[in-house]
Amino acid sequence: MFVRLLYESFRRQKRRKLLAGAAIMLGVGVATAMIAVATDIGDKISRELRSYGANLVVTPQEDTLDVKIGGVNLKPASDGGYLNEADIPRIKGMFWRNNIIGVSPMLPVRVPVAGTKTTLLGTYFSKRLTYGKDNFTAGVLGTHPWWKVQGAWPQDDSGDLLVGQTFAAQFGYKLGDTIELAGAQHRVSGIVSTGGDEDHEIVAPISLAQQLAGRPGVVRQIYVSALTKPEDELARRDPKTLSPDMYDRWYCSPYAQSIAYQLQEAIPNSHAEMIRQVAQSEGTVLSRIKGLMLLITLAALFASALAVSSAMATAIFERRAEVGLMKALGAGKATIAVLFFFEAALLALIAGAVGFAGGTALAHQIGRAIFGSNISIQPVLFPLILAMAVVVTFAGSAAAILRAMNFDPVYALRGEA
Amino acid sequence: MSSLPLAERRAEHPQTAMFLRMLWRAAGRRPGRAASALLAMVVAAATATAMLNLYGDVQSRLQKEFRSYGANIVIVARDGPELAVDALQRVNSALGGNGVAAPFGYVVARTASGRPVVVAGTDFASARRLNSWWKVSSWPESAQQGLIGVQAQAGLHADQGLDLSFQGRTLHVVPAGSLQTGADEDSRVYISLADFENWTGLQPSTIEVAASGGTKATDDVLQKLNAAFPGADVHAVRRIVEGESRVMGKTRLTLLSSAVLIVLTSALCVLATLIGWVVDRRRDFAIMKALGASERLLTGFFAAEAATLGAIGALPGYVVGVGIAAWIGRANFNAPVVPRLEILPVVLAGAIGVALLSAIAPISVLRRVQPATILRGE
Repeated sequence: MFVRLLYESFRRQKRRKLLAGAAIMLGVGVATAMIAVATDIGDKISRELRSYGANLVVTPQEDTLDVKIGGVNLKPASDGGYLNEADIPRIKGMFWRNNIIGVSPMLPVRVPVAGTKTTLLGTYFSKRLTYGKDNFTAGVLGTHPWWKVQGAWPQDDSGDLLVGQTFAAQFGYKLGDTIELAGAQHRVSGIVSTGGDEDHEIVAPISLAQQLAGRPGVVRQIYVSALTKPEDELARRDPKTLSPDMYDRWYCSPYAQSIAYQLQEAIPNSHAEMIRQVAQSEGTVLSRIKGLMLLITLAALFASALAVSSAMATAIFERRAEVGLMKALGAGKATIAVLFFFEAALLALIAGAVGFAGGTALAHQIGRAIFGSNISIQPVLFPLILAMAVVVTFAGSAAAILRAMNFDPVYALRGEA
Repeated sequence: MSSLPLAERRAEHPQTAMFLRMLWRAAGRRPGRAASALLAMVVAAATATAMLNLYGDVQSRLQKEFRSYGANIVIVARDGPELAVDALQRVNSALGGNGVAAPFGYVVARTASGRPVVVAGTDFASARRLNSWWKVSSWPESAQQGLIGVQAQAGLHADQGLDLSFQGRTLHVVPAGSLQTGADEDSRVYISLADFENWTGLQPSTIEVAASGGTKATDDVLQKLNAAFPGADVHAVRRIVEGESRVMGKTRLTLLSSAVLIVLTSALCVLATLIGWVVDRRRDFAIMKALGASERLLTGFFAAEAATLGAIGALPGYVVGVGIAAWIGRANFNAPVVPRLEILPVVLAGAIGVALLSAIAPISVLRRVQPATILRGE
């Protein structure tokens, strides 16, 4: 009898059930989309913040003091240590290798050009590297996305050059010109503009810089762009003073500090440091944006809970006559309440599932439209959202059901309640 | 006319009086239902206000956060090693209070053991404001004190102080603290600008500027500075400017889509509640119709009622919404979001619009029904 009442209620009141169901669907959809966006926004913005460039730098351990003003290093070229170019792929063997999204080695050399001395910066542009079975691309295209080239980027195995725009303007270099370096002619394949020191320099494939320095297979620094977790109390601790448990936690969290530590382990005789301008500021900006989205998600949850519960209240209030009839036929208050709650739960489950699917699609749409990548949705969200839908639907119906039960059936049936 | 007693005024305009009285009684007779409709209206107006207010204000708040990345414009002396004496004043007047500028002068000095080291002179107070990421153990407070970069500290063994010589003149620097940035600063010694000028006789060669307020404001400042410094190299730090505009753009779009979703949801919540309210009063509708009210009058009546409800709900909603936005601002940015008056008419119009929509929709359905059918409860 109970099941039949339930079934008939859905069969006969399709319009009302559809209306209430639509409200639940909408509420759950918005809630799902917002929760999905809020939980994933940290990752997405963190990736966008990588457009500020490398946040870690690896230097030789026994390096001498840099004497560098305005991008010109006055330190004698023979001074200081070097890192091995062959060690670079080992970065992809680290624990947090998947968080490393860009690597560029740098080797500056002072060269005589056009009657003056300038810095030639050797680096990777977009070089394919292999570590074990993994292939990855390293180079300034990944770590220095703000570099703009007019013309073409040189091939990493060529002898072509990029000339900084200030330098080019000063000495009248154009695309396709040649520059003589150590007796060989090199083609200018592009003019580079960076808004930094490189505007006064020449940028070339690293093999050329090594050849000019007379030191094959070495690099001076390695810039690393990594996805990191904002610094917290644990991150600032010295790993040497941590207990083994804490050390594991520290090591297995993608802090800039722990990634720097692992870079040091991966590259022999190196010292890795976080570039505080990028790493610190990233944490500030990221935590603000995440906090904002969290608060807005709360507002969205509140608004959708309200939409659902007001729709349910309206739907039940309209059924006073039905309640009156049931009571007149001898149904107890408990029976009526259980019936209505069952209806609400069923409605919440069905509409909630549909709404979840809709919200997932909406979140994907937002992710693709804004960030150009899908927003990942945790499967654990599904039961959570359904439970929330049921609770909110119950809460919304409860007041109306309680009132409906207290109507005098006579008045309710006469439509005067 | 307004001096006439109420009763007489009513007598002069019997139709208006009746209309107003019906409006008043409609709310008075069923306070519970009217109150719940009003509540929905208030809540919806509040969330809409909060979102609009936040969306307008969050941009400038985030821009402030982005300034933690430091300078977005750099001025470097092009001819000769120093900028003019009044350079910093000119920068500050171009900024007009919207940003921070810090001067830097650089020389290569030699230590007592003859090793070269870069010594920079700066105004510590503005450098501290500009470069919030500098990790400094303790800032210098008196003359002849300096900040020693961590690399320089390790390389020069500077614990006991450094004797720096430049063009035959020697300066003794007492380390006040260490400086760590992970970049070039680590291998330098920083001293106060006054010490630097006395010692070297040079003016600063570089001014780093953090202009606040988005891409357009930065461009304006850049143009002003270019005009003010014809002999210097003034350029935007592209890395900072581009990174900011990119992240800001995405964040704003995310916020906008969330705001639209939330405002839509709350509008629909009002719609559902109000439709329920109007449908619930179909008996009133039928009685009025049976007593001879024209359809136009009826539509007008219900529309006026809904519009009143919308207007009455929007005002407290606006106030609550401003409060919510202020709270979110305080919780997340440590500064309340400034209330925006221009949102009030938008929220008011939106509230009345949604209310009208939710009143007209059920009426157009009810109009086709015979009053007798409704009155019989069918």
